[in-house]
Amino acid sequence: MIYFQMLLSFLQIGLFSFGGGYASLPLINEQIIKAHGWLTMSEFTDVLTISQMTPGPIAINAATFVGMRIAGIPGALTATLGCVIPSTVVAIALAKIYYKYREMSVMKGVMNGLRPAVVAMIASAGLSIMVQALWADGIVSFAADKIDFIAVAVFIASLLVLRIFKPNQIAVMAAAGVLGGAAYLIMDMI
Amino acid sequence: MEDKKDGKLKLFLTLFLETLKISAFTFGGGYVIVPLLQKKFVDGLHWIDEDEMLDLVAIAQSTPGPLAINASLLIGYRMAGFAGAMVTLLGTVLPPFVIMSVVSVFYIAFRDNRIVSAVLKGMQAAVAAVILDVVITMAHNVIKDKRIFPILIMLAAFAVTIVFDINVVFIIIVCGVLGALFMRPKKEAEK
Repeated sequence: MIYFQMLLSFLQIGLFSFGGGYASLPLINEQIIKAHGWLTMSEFTDVLTISQMTPGPIAINAATFVGMRIAGIPGALTATLGCVIPSTVVAIALAKIYYKYREMSVMKGVMNGLRPAVVAMIASAGLSIMVQALWADGIVSFAADKIDFIAVAVFIASLLVLRIFKPNQIAVMAAAGVLGGAAYLIMDMI
Repeated sequence: MEDKKDGKLKLFLTLFLETLKISAFTFGGGYVIVPLLQKKFVDGLHWIDEDEMLDLVAIAQSTPGPLAINASLLIGYRMAGFAGAMVTLLGTVLPPFVIMSVVSVFYIAFRDNRIVSAVLKGMQAAVAAVILDVVITMAHNVIKDKRIFPILIMLAAFAVTIVFDINVVFIIIVCGVLGALFMRPKKEAEK
């Protein structure tokens, strides 16, 4: 019974969270904390913190975490499944429509309008990640003590390397993690 | 016949492994996966062109649920139909699933570990650089056509998402309608 309830809850979270990671937070809050009490508010905050430290979408992380807590690996599987079923069905349905009609002039017009908007949305997501990474409080400020200089150095070095040498991005991220991480640890010790 | 089967198996394996690798490195929200997918499937493997990739991202945004899941699912679907979509879905879900399952058992130690948080802080700055790198390339592609409408849409959408905390669905609808009204391809005769 608990499996069915979890499946149902995460189906709703998957189905109604439009527009990126944080859009799913109110729904997770509603379903997981308020309706079922599967997590306490402070556990939920922990899930968010850990979500930012681990790869993958917040909804998937929350699903796995809640599922594991309640019913171990079968629970995690059930909750994750619930989370991805709506995406799968809707994405494939929309893709079918797109590939069927993409030669039509109206469809081409729609896509011509969407492409620059998609670039803009990626840019603005990038900007907020940049602010989060480069300023100590995640708020833009010109006070020297608020700027995270290690992060600024890592950022500029990574960008130059990416633009000039066009290496594998994952290698750049891993290198930044090791070198930047070492720099933070050394700074802490001084 | 055997060759065809081998080719298909190889395609599935590549789809699975590439999305697995990419998903393991998408720290910090769904959009991070877009530059990674773009670099691999557009610039690296040349399986999809940039316009189609942006179309798939637009579809992914119009779909409920995590963007990262939707985007890689759609690439799988584009390359190998429903089975391809299942393969990339699995590849994308597996890293967060495994990591989170492990972390959930001893999450307090993980959350408070200084080395973990130092490495992640270092990585976050590089994630910002990775996104900016791809955005520079994409924005350049929009601007170099020197057509006023796409450039205006790009600037307006950027301004709106920065200034207002607006749901992306709204931006998609508005830009889609504007595109349908004003950006339909000109008929050959009119050229």
